[in-house]
Amino acid sequence: MARYVGQRLLQMIPVFFGATLLIYALVFAMPGDPIQAMGGERGLPIAMANRIRAEYHLDQPFFVQYWYYIKGVFTLDLGMSFQRRPVFDIIAQVYPTTAKLAVYALAIEGILGVAVGLISGIRRGGIFDTSFLAVSLVVISIPTFVIGFVLQYFIGLKAGILPATATGGASWRALTLPAITLGSVSFAYVLRLTRTSVIETQTADFVRTAMAKGVTRRKVVTGHILRNSLIPVVTFLGGDLGALMGGAIVTEGVFHVNGIGHTLYRAITRGEPTTVVSIVTVLVIVIMIANLLVDLLYAALDPRIRYAK
Amino acid sequence: MTTTALASLAHLAVRDLSVSFQTDGEPIRAVRRIAFDVKPGEILAIVGESGSGKTVSSRAMLGLLPRTARIEGSAQLDDTELVGLKGEAVRRVRGDRISMIFQEPSTALDPVRTVGWQISEALRSHRPLSRKAAMARAVELLDLVGIPDPEVRVHCYPHQMSGGQKQRVMIAMALSCDPELIVADEPTTALDVTVQAQILDLLHDLREKLGTAIILITHNMGVVADLADRVAVMFQGEIVEENSAAELFANPHHPYTQHLLAAVPHLGKPRPAIMDEVAPPPVASRVVMAMRDLHVSFPGRIGSPPVHAVRGVNLDLHAHEILALVGESGSGKTTLGRCAVGLQEPTGGVIELLGTPLGSVSARDLRTLRRRLGFVFQDPAASLNPRMSVGACITEPMKVAQEGTVGERRARAAELLEAVELPVEFAERYPHELSGGQRQRVSLARALVMRPELVVADEPTSALDVSVQAKVLEVFVRLQHETGFACLFITHDLAVVDMLADRIAVMKDGELVESGTADEVLRAPREDYTKALIAAVPLPDPVEQALARQRRRALRAATRQ
Repeated sequence: MARYVGQRLLQMIPVFFGATLLIYALVFAMPGDPIQAMGGERGLPIAMANRIRAEYHLDQPFFVQYWYYIKGVFTLDLGMSFQRRPVFDIIAQVYPTTAKLAVYALAIEGILGVAVGLISGIRRGGIFDTSFLAVSLVVISIPTFVIGFVLQYFIGLKAGILPATATGGASWRALTLPAITLGSVSFAYVLRLTRTSVIETQTADFVRTAMAKGVTRRKVVTGHILRNSLIPVVTFLGGDLGALMGGAIVTEGVFHVNGIGHTLYRAITRGEPTTVVSIVTVLVIVIMIANLLVDLLYAALDPRIRYAK
Repeated sequence: MTTTALASLAHLAVRDLSVSFQTDGEPIRAVRRIAFDVKPGEILAIVGESGSGKTVSSRAMLGLLPRTARIEGSAQLDDTELVGLKGEAVRRVRGDRISMIFQEPSTALDPVRTVGWQISEALRSHRPLSRKAAMARAVELLDLVGIPDPEVRVHCYPHQMSGGQKQRVMIAMALSCDPELIVADEPTTALDVTVQAQILDLLHDLREKLGTAIILITHNMGVVADLADRVAVMFQGEIVEENSAAELFANPHHPYTQHLLAAVPHLGKPRPAIMDEVAPPPVASRVVMAMRDLHVSFPGRIGSPPVHAVRGVNLDLHAHEILALVGESGSGKTTLGRCAVGLQEPTGGVIELLGTPLGSVSARDLRTLRRRLGFVFQDPAASLNPRMSVGACITEPMKVAQEGTVGERRARAAELLEAVELPVEFAERYPHELSGGQRQRVSLARALVMRPELVVADEPTSALDVSVQAKVLEVFVRLQHETGFACLFITHDLAVVDMLADRIAVMKDGELVESGTADEVLRAPREDYTKALIAAVPLPDPVEQALARQRRRALRAATRQ
C-alpha cells in the first residue's frame, strides 16, 4: 500500500508541472497589460511601470518567469498580489472557509444521498422511491442559484431559522444554507446512482446465497448490498469533492461567503495573473490529493482492488 | 449409518407442487403438480434440461422465487409445511434446516467479505454464537471440506481462492448449521473436470459421514451416476420418470429419459452411428497450420514476473482432420487457439498458417488470410450481434470481404441454414428469438460462410444442454465430413472429444504434455496428467462409475507416493 501511495505521489509531479505551466501560459496570454491597467485612465509613468515589471519578473522571458514562480511555490512564497498582500496570506485566509463548506456539502449529499438511494433501491417502485425520484428530478432541473435564493428567502429571511448570509463569519451554522444549496444537485445524482447500483446488486448471486443462508433482510442489506453498491457512488463523490474544493462562485456569491471561488473570480476580473495562477496551483494539488483518497477508498471497499503486491 | 441416527433426520415430502409465473400475457407454468420424497440420508437427483423446472421447484420450497411466482401444493419437511411459509418462519428454515449450494462459486460468494465472515454469518443467523466462536467453527468447517491451512484461509477473500476451493467454501457454508437437507443446484457445472471429481468425492464422503439428505439438481448424467441413489427426470415442468439410479440407467422407460441418456457423450463408448453416415474425408498429409516452439507470455504487473500462457508448443494440423485441444482452465488452450488464427501474437516461435508464416505478413495480408478461416465461439448469445438478423449475421464475413451481391449473399445464407438444419425463414429472425442450440448452429453457419479451410471452435458446446449439444455436434461433424475443413476443436470435455476427434493434444500449464490419435490418448494414455484427466470424467452409468471412483482413488494414492 505504501508503495502504491508513493507511486501515485510520484505521478503527481509531471501532472503538477504540466498543469501549472499550462495555466501560467494561459493566464499570461490574456489580452491587456495588467500593469498599465493598474494606473487606470492615465496609465503609469514609464519608470514606475518598468520598476513594477521588474519586481514581478514581467520583463523576463516566459520560462524564466515560470521558473521564478515554481521556485516561489516550493518556498511557500506565492508572491504579492497587486494590492501588496502576499497571495499566500489571501489563500490561507479564505481557503479554510471553502474547505469547510465543501466538507459540509459533501457530508450532506453523501450521507443523505446514499441513505435515500438505498431505501429507494430496496423498495423500488414504492411511494418512497417514486416521490424521491420526482424530488431528485426537480432538484436537477432547477439552477443552483435559484435553489440558493429560495432557501435564503424562505428559511433565512422569512422564517429566520438559519442565517441568510455568511457575512458575520463562516460558522457551521452560517454555512448550513450554502452547504444545502451546494449539495442539493449532487444529492440528486448520488441518490440516483445509489438506487441503480442497489437494484443491480440485489439480483447478484451472493445476495441470493445470503438469503438462502437465512440471513435477515436487514443484515443482507447492510452486510452485503450496501458495500457492494458503493463503488460508483464513491467515484462520483470523489469527483465532486474536487469540484467543491475548487470553490463555488455562484453559491458563495448568493450567500456572501468569502471563499476561494469568489476570490478567484475577483482576481480574474481584476486581471491579477499572480493571484490567479497561485490559487489554481493550490486547487490542482488539492484535486490530485482528493483523487488519491478516492482510489485508496476503493481498495478499502473492495478487496479485489489491489494496489500493492 | 445406523437406523437410529437416520430416524432423527427429516423426511421431505413434496405433493402436487405447482409453480407458475405471472407475466403480461398467459402465466407461465414452470412446474406442474410434481411429487417426490427425499428420505433421510438419501441423495435424490433431479435431472432435466434448462427450463425443465428443476431449479424452480427446489427454490419454491425455500421461498427464494421472485414475487411474480405463484406456488401451490405442499412440501413438508417432517411436520413443517414449507409452501406458504413467510417472513421469520421461512428464514429459520433457510440455511438451518435446508441449505443450498449454488452453481457458480465465483459469483455466489460476496467478493468484499472474507470467507470466514461469510461462514460465521450463516452460523450466527441461527445460533447464539459469539463472533470468536463462530470463526472457530468456520475453521473447523473449512477443515472438514478439505481446505488446506484453514486457520489462514479463513481470512481469505473469495477472489484469492480457486474455483474448486470456493465451491468447498460454499459447501462448508451449507453444512454450517447441520441441515437436514442440502439442495445442490448444479454444484459442479462451472468447474473443471478434475476439480469436479474432487467436489463429487467430497459430497460422497460428507453423505457417508453426516448422513445429510441431498437433492442434487443437475443435467450431467455422469454426476448423477456418481452420486445419486434415486433419480427423478423432469421434462417441461413435470416429473416423467422416477426410479433408483441403477434401475433408471439400466432400464429407462419414458421416451424422454431414453433420449436424454442416448444424447450423453460417453467416454469410451463407440461413437453414435450418425457420426459415420457420411464417411470422413481422408486426412491429408498437407499441413494447414504448424506451430514450432511457440511461446506466449503476458507481462505481469509492475514488479511481478510475466505469465507464461504457452511454452514451447509444437503442433501440426493437417488438412481435413479434427484436432482436439484439451486441458483445464488456465492451461493455455484458448491462447493457443487465438495464436493459430493470428489473433494473438506469439512472443516466441513460428506459426505457419495455410503456408504463410504469420510473423512476416502485414496486417492487410493477415486480414485476407483470415477469410480462409472460420471461428465458432463458446457463448452464442454473446458472439452474435443482437441487432443483426440471423441472415445478416451469417453473411457478415462476405460483406466484410465485399463478396457477392445482396441476392447471392441471401442465397448463401439460405443454403447454410439448410446445412445446419434450421428453417430458411430463420434468416429474418433475430438471435434473441432463437434457443441456445439454434444460435450455436447459426454461429457454425457463419463460420462456414467463406468456405474456410480451417475452423477454430473454442468450447462450442459447453454452454449447451446435453441433448442440444448432441444435435449441434452431430451437425458439426456432418458438415466437417461433407466440406472437409480442418478443425482445431478446443474443449475441456473429454467425452465430446471422444465423439469427434481424429487426434488429441493435451495441454497443461502452457505445455503440450501428450498428443496422438484419439484412440492412443484416450485408451492408452502415457502421461499421468492425461490419465488423471480421463479418470476424472464421470461416466453416465452407476456401475461403471463406482468402479471408476475406486480406480481414481487408487491412482491418486499412487501419485501421492
